[in-house]
Amino acid sequence: MALKNLRIAAVATAALVALAGCSAGGSSDSSGSTASDCAASTGKVDLSFTTWVPGMDKVVDIWNKANPDIQVTVSTVPNGNSGTYQNFFTQLKAGNAPDLGQVEYDTLPAFRVQDGLANIASCDGVQAAKADFADGLWNQVTFGEDNSVYAIPQDSGPMALYYRKDLFEKNNIPIPTTWDEYAADAVKIKALGGQITNFPKGDVNWFAGLVSQAGGQWFDTSDGTWDVNLTSDVSTKVANYWQDLLDKQLVSTIPGFTDQWNNAYDTGADWTWVSAVWGANTISSGAPSTTGDWAVAPMPQWDAAAPTSGAWGGSSSVVFKGTKHPAEASKFLLWLNTSTEALTALNTEANLFPASSTGATLPALSEGVPFYGDQKIYELFSEQSKVVSPFTWGPTMTQTYSDVSDGFAAAIGGSGTLLDALKDGQTKTVAALQAQSIPVK
Amino acid sequence: MTTSTPTLTKTPRPGRSGGAPRESRLSRSAAMVIMGAFTLYFLLPIWWLLVSSTKTLGNFNSTFSLWFIPTSLADAGDNIVKLFTYNEGVFPRWMLNSIVYATVAGGIGTILAAMCGYALSKYQFRGRELIFNTVLGGVLVPATALALPLFLIFSQMQLTNTFWAVFLPSLVSPFGVYLSRIYAASSVPDEIIEAARIDGSGEIRTFFTVAVRLMSPALVTIFLFQFVSIWNNFFLPLVMLRDQTLFPVTLGLYTWNSQVSQIPDIRTLVIVGALVSIVPLLVAFLSLQRFWRNGLGAGGLK
Repeated sequence: MALKNLRIAAVATAALVALAGCSAGGSSDSSGSTASDCAASTGKVDLSFTTWVPGMDKVVDIWNKANPDIQVTVSTVPNGNSGTYQNFFTQLKAGNAPDLGQVEYDTLPAFRVQDGLANIASCDGVQAAKADFADGLWNQVTFGEDNSVYAIPQDSGPMALYYRKDLFEKNNIPIPTTWDEYAADAVKIKALGGQITNFPKGDVNWFAGLVSQAGGQWFDTSDGTWDVNLTSDVSTKVANYWQDLLDKQLVSTIPGFTDQWNNAYDTGADWTWVSAVWGANTISSGAPSTTGDWAVAPMPQWDAAAPTSGAWGGSSSVVFKGTKHPAEASKFLLWLNTSTEALTALNTEANLFPASSTGATLPALSEGVPFYGDQKIYELFSEQSKVVSPFTWGPTMTQTYSDVSDGFAAAIGGSGTLLDALKDGQTKTVAALQAQSIPVK
Repeated sequence: MTTSTPTLTKTPRPGRSGGAPRESRLSRSAAMVIMGAFTLYFLLPIWWLLVSSTKTLGNFNSTFSLWFIPTSLADAGDNIVKLFTYNEGVFPRWMLNSIVYATVAGGIGTILAAMCGYALSKYQFRGRELIFNTVLGGVLVPATALALPLFLIFSQMQLTNTFWAVFLPSLVSPFGVYLSRIYAASSVPDEIIEAARIDGSGEIRTFFTVAVRLMSPALVTIFLFQFVSIWNNFFLPLVMLRDQTLFPVTLGLYTWNSQVSQIPDIRTLVIVGALVSIVPLLVAFLSLQRFWRNGLGAGGLK
């Protein structure tokens, strides 16, 4: 329903993808995207699976031993935005994409618009898997279209507040439950010589998570065209909130995930981090000398009466268009992303936080984590994942991220504001959609 | 190349005692200070790399990053063992791949460039300048821009994700052709070729027995350039390959680095791996450096 009009655009844009001036000839994307009949193949089937989850080969070994007729070969490559998405697009164009791949939620629409994903809705068990996932998550892989499923969610990134429990207690500062309290605490922490958190100019998807928690949307496709709105009231509110903290120098502005950034947490210069579940390992490895001092609480709220959370990151597994074995591919993906056996292995090998509700019951996820003073943080994240506000991603997120991030960097450097960055991102995103002949309002 | 000229112009050292122009003390020390600063600037990251690779992940952030700690020696050993055994020893495999891509393709590429440059310099034929200018135009096209078209061509031939996908494009070097032509023109006298012909040597034999020897400093230079550019070529393998066992070391380390957020322990391996991966480059440079300097100097004295 939502993207029906886009199919025309998809065929048109497929020709424009990435590679001006190179005709690779005869790719086979004729039938648009009606739920293809999902007939099983006969005989032994070999599937190729490209992913950047470390240790995936070991997880797939379990499957290969139990399923001699469906053998999966894993290729471990750099993560999506480090080149693999571009490779997927090129391979789709050249007609030699792998059967299966990994795509993060924020990039699924880009592949959908370029008509790169097989609709596996009619494959055995796929529709039934809906019950395994939160509605918001399932919506990410169906785009709200009827009778369509384009991916199976793998891991998710519900957000919460990581904070230095010891410092908060020692200085008698209350744990913030609302954003107002958070800003008030920031002033107190500043007075003590610390900073409440860091504003990472490069992590625009983090900022999108904050906007989504506040109930905002950047994209809307409900009337069949893309409505881009990076500067809605909610977005503006969130941007102004952080701008205020920046203006008062209450937050640091270190680029995220750098050594300097690790050091800020390791030395106690920064006290909290609003982040996703996978951030648990980022802190424990980046700030090893603070073991036992951290704890996790729900995100600060805009409306304490109706608590919500946002999401940052997370991947789904897709079946690429052009595969000859959609039935076997879907069967494998359902095992990979909903069976206790596979989810346990994924959690052990790669610390993945499963998207499936089956995963929430894994024993490893109900244990206390020593780095967080033996708090059962994954139970908290499971709770939070139930209140994650749904969010629609645009079809050119790489471009949007890069433009907004440029603006954020400028705002931190003192020219313009975060809101200006969003306004600029808005203009450039609309232009990018038009340049790809994607219908935009 | 311009940045390396100071070391080159320093060569007339023997002449100093015999009345060569003497720089003032001030300009000498200014030059030394500037060179010292640049040396520090270039060596500091490598020093950091060396020191960091002797630390465990825990000590990596918490200790001073430009000096060793008491456990450095033991940790360095552990790190290297871990690097070479992690994931069924995929790292040595990557090193081997890089060495094969860089030496074999670099070697063949050097011979091809030398033959082409020699022919363009020594034979008169129709369209010679056209060919030369076309090749020269190739110097201006960055290899990165060619990776995607190459991928589509290799797709047609079902050669993507194979050894050949990285090997074949590494064979050509327009810059090598250019350098060979210039060098052949200046260092292989026509008279010698004439003499060889009169003595009954065929053209190919003349090339390999006479010209190659005269051109050898240039060939070493071309080989080093090729070696380094293949070793550092990252984008082509990124586009072409998805089978880890074919990766060169640059792409392999990049892949690991992109997994750091999920497996923090890999960070140490990336650092140690980066250090180990520059060793073959150092070896190539130190062992061939003498020839290289000769080559550049001689080419410049036309």
